[in-house]
Amino acid sequence: MPQPRLLVAAFGAILTFANLIANAQPPAVDFSRDVLPILSENCLLCHGPDAGSRKADLRLDVRESALRRKDPIVEPGKAAESELIRRLTTDDADEKMPPSKSGKSLTADQIAILSKWVDEGAPWGRHWAFEPPHRPDPPAVRQLDRVRSPIDRFILARLEKEEIASAPEADRATLIRRLSLDLTGLPPTPAEIDEFLSDRLPDAYERLVDRLLASPRYGEAMASDWLDAARYADTNGYQNDFARTMWPWRDWVIAAFNADTPFDRFTIEQIAGDKLPNSTLAQKIATGFNRNNRTVTEAGSIDEEWRIENAIDRVETTSTVFLGLTMGCARCHDHKYDPVTQREFYQFLGFFNDVNEKGVYTETRGNVPPLVAVPSPEQRARQQQLNADLAEATKAVEECEKKIPDRQKAWEEQVQHDESPNEQSDWTLQIPLNGELPATSTYRGKGVPTWVDGPAKSALALDGEPESFVEAGPSVALQAESPFTIAFWVRPLGNGACISKMDESAAFRGYDVCILGGRLTVHVINNWPGDALKVRSKAPLPKTPWSHVAVSYDGSKKAAGLKLYIDGRPVEVEVETDSLKSTIATNQPLRIGRRTAGLPFKGELADIRFACRMLTPDDVRALHDRPILEIARTPESDRTATRRAILARHFQTVVDRELPPLTERLTKLKAEKSEHEKSIPTVMIMEDAAEHRPLFLLKRGQYDQPDKTQALAAGVPSCLPPLPAGVAPDRLALARWLVHPENPLTARVVVNRIWQRHFGEGLVKSSENFGLQSEPPTHPMLLDWLATELVRNDWSLKGLHRLILTSATYRQSSRAPAELIQRDPENRLLARGPRFRLGSEAVRDNVLAIAGLLSSRMGGPSAKPYQPAGLWEELAGGAGEGPYVQDKGEGLYRRSLYIYRKRTVPHPVMSTFDAPSREICQVKRPRTNTPLQALELLNDVVYVEAARNLATLMLSQGGSTAEDRIAFAFRRATGREPTQTERRVLLAGLTRYLEAFRADPASAEGLIRQGERPVPAGMDPVELAAYTATAGVVLNLDETITLE
Amino acid sequence: MDQLQIAQEMNRRLFLSRSGLGVGSMALASLMGPATARSSDASPRATMGPSGGLPNLPHFPAKAKRVIYLFQSGAPSQIDLFDHKPAIRERRGIELPESIRMGQRITTMTSGQKNLPVAPSIFKFGQHGESGAWISELLPHTSKIVDDVCIVRSMQTEAINHDPAVTFVQTGSQLAGRPSMGAWVAYGLGSLNQDLPAFVVLLSRGRTDQPLYDRLWGSGFLPTRYQGVKLRGGKEPVLYLANPSGFSPQLRRRQLDDLGELNNLHHQETGDPETLTRIAQYELAYRMQSSVPELTDLSNEPKSVTDLYGPDVQRPGSYAANCLLARRLAERGVRFIQLYHMGWDQHTDLPNQIRAQCRDTDQASAALLIDLKQRGLLDDTLIVWGGEFGRTIYSQGTLTATDYGRDHHPRCFSVWLAGGGIKPGIVHGETDDFSYNIVKDPVEVYDLNATILHLMGIDHTRLTYKFQGRDFRLTDVHGKVVKPILA
Repeated sequence: MPQPRLLVAAFGAILTFANLIANAQPPAVDFSRDVLPILSENCLLCHGPDAGSRKADLRLDVRESALRRKDPIVEPGKAAESELIRRLTTDDADEKMPPSKSGKSLTADQIAILSKWVDEGAPWGRHWAFEPPHRPDPPAVRQLDRVRSPIDRFILARLEKEEIASAPEADRATLIRRLSLDLTGLPPTPAEIDEFLSDRLPDAYERLVDRLLASPRYGEAMASDWLDAARYADTNGYQNDFARTMWPWRDWVIAAFNADTPFDRFTIEQIAGDKLPNSTLAQKIATGFNRNNRTVTEAGSIDEEWRIENAIDRVETTSTVFLGLTMGCARCHDHKYDPVTQREFYQFLGFFNDVNEKGVYTETRGNVPPLVAVPSPEQRARQQQLNADLAEATKAVEECEKKIPDRQKAWEEQVQHDESPNEQSDWTLQIPLNGELPATSTYRGKGVPTWVDGPAKSALALDGEPESFVEAGPSVALQAESPFTIAFWVRPLGNGACISKMDESAAFRGYDVCILGGRLTVHVINNWPGDALKVRSKAPLPKTPWSHVAVSYDGSKKAAGLKLYIDGRPVEVEVETDSLKSTIATNQPLRIGRRTAGLPFKGELADIRFACRMLTPDDVRALHDRPILEIARTPESDRTATRRAILARHFQTVVDRELPPLTERLTKLKAEKSEHEKSIPTVMIMEDAAEHRPLFLLKRGQYDQPDKTQALAAGVPSCLPPLPAGVAPDRLALARWLVHPENPLTARVVVNRIWQRHFGEGLVKSSENFGLQSEPPTHPMLLDWLATELVRNDWSLKGLHRLILTSATYRQSSRAPAELIQRDPENRLLARGPRFRLGSEAVRDNVLAIAGLLSSRMGGPSAKPYQPAGLWEELAGGAGEGPYVQDKGEGLYRRSLYIYRKRTVPHPVMSTFDAPSREICQVKRPRTNTPLQALELLNDVVYVEAARNLATLMLSQGGSTAEDRIAFAFRRATGREPTQTERRVLLAGLTRYLEAFRADPASAEGLIRQGERPVPAGMDPVELAAYTATAGVVLNLDETITLE
Repeated sequence: MDQLQIAQEMNRRLFLSRSGLGVGSMALASLMGPATARSSDASPRATMGPSGGLPNLPHFPAKAKRVIYLFQSGAPSQIDLFDHKPAIRERRGIELPESIRMGQRITTMTSGQKNLPVAPSIFKFGQHGESGAWISELLPHTSKIVDDVCIVRSMQTEAINHDPAVTFVQTGSQLAGRPSMGAWVAYGLGSLNQDLPAFVVLLSRGRTDQPLYDRLWGSGFLPTRYQGVKLRGGKEPVLYLANPSGFSPQLRRRQLDDLGELNNLHHQETGDPETLTRIAQYELAYRMQSSVPELTDLSNEPKSVTDLYGPDVQRPGSYAANCLLARRLAERGVRFIQLYHMGWDQHTDLPNQIRAQCRDTDQASAALLIDLKQRGLLDDTLIVWGGEFGRTIYSQGTLTATDYGRDHHPRCFSVWLAGGGIKPGIVHGETDDFSYNIVKDPVEVYDLNATILHLMGIDHTRLTYKFQGRDFRLTDVHGKVVKPILA
């Protein structure tokens, strides 16, 4: 292998094939590290795990096929005689591999590696990430004085091999700012900086790390990353994007980080907390992790399609977050690179196949089941109080009810000799419905009408079928300009028109009395809805057993002229339409039990009366009371069940003076309880249905193409350790398996993400993918050492952070000579400390903290800070939740972690700085640098107001000279004193701004009035505006928004 | 040159001498083109091409330099606009034959309906132009441009609901997470303009709005700088473009000079090239503060032009105004101009709603084509007009003589294309008598997207991005260029 060429290629190669380079003696080829990535990248698409696309029946990802004896392609020890090498090097276009149309080709170096591997005997192995990590001994290094922790040995060993000098330790001001931003997402205060600078004890740095790890701000900063991974948001993410309440889960995450919940427990509770024995409320809340996926509410969607998508999202998220596996690639076919078959994909899906949920909750707002209530302590106390009151009130009602028969008996005796109210006689039409129809009426339903027991005699029963109605005659031609009254007894069993004379096809002309939504409703119509009356009772009719209803009308064409009565008493009404102007005449017949064709009525009717006058309230009352008195006067043994029930209700609701106040109190308490329960937030959780759903492979990944030839059981891919024998393969088993010490992936994936947080890139750059197509780790032994250390240290994340942050590697200065930057632009070798732009949350939180605006309130419902007007409406027409309603006061300054996350319209303050929309799981953010970011930092009101507030601090606390005030602001923003040149530039700028605003005081006034926070009294607007401009420069410094 | 410009020029020279890099070239690099800005997930191939695109692109000479996609959100009824079905006029009200439906799934909005009565269009169709294409009376202006247009009557899709269907058309996948077509084009081809983004989005509201989602112009797993920049109606077309009240452009210039100098000083300390990129981005932001308002200011458009687009053009944020803006963006070299007009989701009261919807859009769509043609821009500008699926021949709700509604129909719909590389004056594809199934030349969404990329000089199978260890592309593993509609 020509060495110089390799060295020339080193800089591309350093990052890709880390260990191959710059060693005087090329090391033996390592199959997993050196060979498999080449095969994976170039060959496995056609010679890999996917049986469906495999060519020539050859697999290069398994030993049995690649090193087969029959018709061999590899002759171990003899590259020159191996078909594999020949096909890679031939000039024959028909034989050359990979074929040109694949777009792939091997470099000379890659072919050299494969040749060398064959020459060395073609030792086989497995992809490194599927082998359990072995704890390596930290390597020996020459620069022992640069070693603070075992981590440094791994880093230095590599650097010494590359002959790269590591950077000196950063100065203390840089270190405290770096640590604070890194661990808490916030800058250190000047007082904290002073304290650290003056702390000369040898463990000052370590104590600083511990102080920051103990800060509640730590949990908030760590949660931001986790929320991306868990695709947490405040809306459901599809179509109308309705709000949901998942913040109790978010607060659980923050608390778990702050409590340093061991990562194994953190995992088990989020994947399967509901299945733990005697699971606590907190453990149930934790399972919200896998309810954060988007959910469909769009009308017309097909339930099973989206239930499957939910489950698939959970597979993809769980496998990415914990295993660093792209299992989603095996949805439609076997994985092209990793040993995960399509069948195994659906077996893994089996863990999430039994969730007790629907795929589509059509147009449902808010949380959807399964869910659990999450009361605050105050709410819990109130709930307990209400429960106690309810129990007491219920008991009082029961006690009182026991004595009802005695009280009713006494009353019955008392009314035996009361005079009956007078019977009117001027009815226009009476249809008694007392066992037979008048000759003028016809039953249109099948067979003969059904007669049942009624309030006085028999009653007509209708079954709600469209044809079951009576056409009654002679018709009563009521008129819009004349008074009338309609009265009858009714026992509603559903909605429908009791009485109508209406032409539905002529814009509903006519009238009806119906039961709609349980409420007595009357229509008087010329042309619906522009020329009509519609009035209904506020309260529904009593459900049992019978009610007397009456509608009287004064002929005024006004809704106010309609009076509704239930059980002889006037009731409160709601007017829905009040536009009647013209005639209601129609030649349709009078119908009992439906309209022209619609609104068939289900229930019983009796004693229908029409009068062409407006009955007085007394008249109506008499109509009701007469039959009641009749019943009371009938000996109890002779009363039918129906009549007994009518009498009992009349006594209890109208006559009795003892029960009503007690029932009223009970009703009120029940309403209070229901209101209170509505105010308690819920959170969506995992919960399995009682029965397993059948599990099948879905052909081509389609929900409606299950392969029913073979039922599957939940399981894990066979390339990884199996579930323990004898354990039911459910979510709890999965959760425990994920964090089992033998699982080769989880600990590595976790330490890699934490490394990524601290250094900007993981040891494995593709932190979302540890499969065959991943980028090999730059420091594989360090990765394994950290992974085993995490497990050894009982999965303590704070311990892991401390281990990394106290290393000399982390404490290096991030300044670097040009040649080092050129040689290692992404700082993968770590010859310098981390330097990168803050994440979106920290960009804003940092500025708010520098400006003294940041709220420290933790948790609770998400906040709605400044957002340009109209953003929601532009996209959704305000669908879902209506327009964005901005918070007032403190809500404007809460940490960005708490900003309301609407998935379909991400808040620009977040998305502009690369925060994901949280539609799907994401474990790594890009870090871009765009003009839109510049515009936002310069012009968004949040930053203009912050500059103004920093200016007020400069003037009120920053000293008496411009120089001091500039230094004050600069130090708040960067943690350090400005240099002489920096002072000079800022001072010259300030002078110019002062001149400009002096010449234009109106502009000064305009600038300082940005934002909702009032300007402190007594400030000179011109001076404040000029300082605002200077503060704006300081807040926009590259250094201010960069961790360095 | 006035004082300000001189100061600016001086300032730029200062940076140039200090950093060894021209600000101009740096700004160009950052213009949503891949390079300078460091991305943690950048593909190794993502190095600079001549206009900020990939070095190997275009794969072959492009017919179209830019695309204007007139997306009609909510799904226009092909039956009432383009897909003339005289044979079913007499069969009004009959039940949709099972021989036509063939058990295909329908949405749960009509799957519970007792009848699926066939509802022929009540609108008159006529033949237009030399090509004699049949167009509905609802589109009098589109009727006049048929000879420049290729109508595809045989589009089909896989999704049956808006959210997944729109996401599919725009990103090639029904589920969130993939880059939009505009982002792919910006990533592959970069920008033709130094002061504007490569991918611009314009929205207008219609009659019955279905929501849209930021993801439709998102960058998915591509770096976020490729996402579409939404231009809004009103005085701030780009978010945070305007200086705060009281902040004059002169003051801003001075502030940026100070900021640039300080950042540059710090760069000498840290050596991080990212700081230089930041300086350049602030300068570009400054330039956008004048280039964007100039772009969106329609007041200098002559009356002859505004008349072409109709009276609605005077209302900022209307479809007509956006069509005119699209022409201005095209003139300035924006690669991908994505319009969305909402309001085509006519489940009920379709005849009335579609009349109003066509009044709002027909004239401006045609005007855009005419305007581009007059300026010689149509030759290298591709216009695409279409929605996310079609609508059912059967009525949703009661069918009356004057009223019907139509449910979602994924199995066929109509779009039209015109300009750069499209064969004009033809109709492609055919559906059955019920406008239900395609009987000739079906075109998948993947095929349409492959064709659009093809016209831009991109082989859709070769524009890929590695994510999670796999090479992704707009058309996934599908897509055939629709050769018969190419000029």
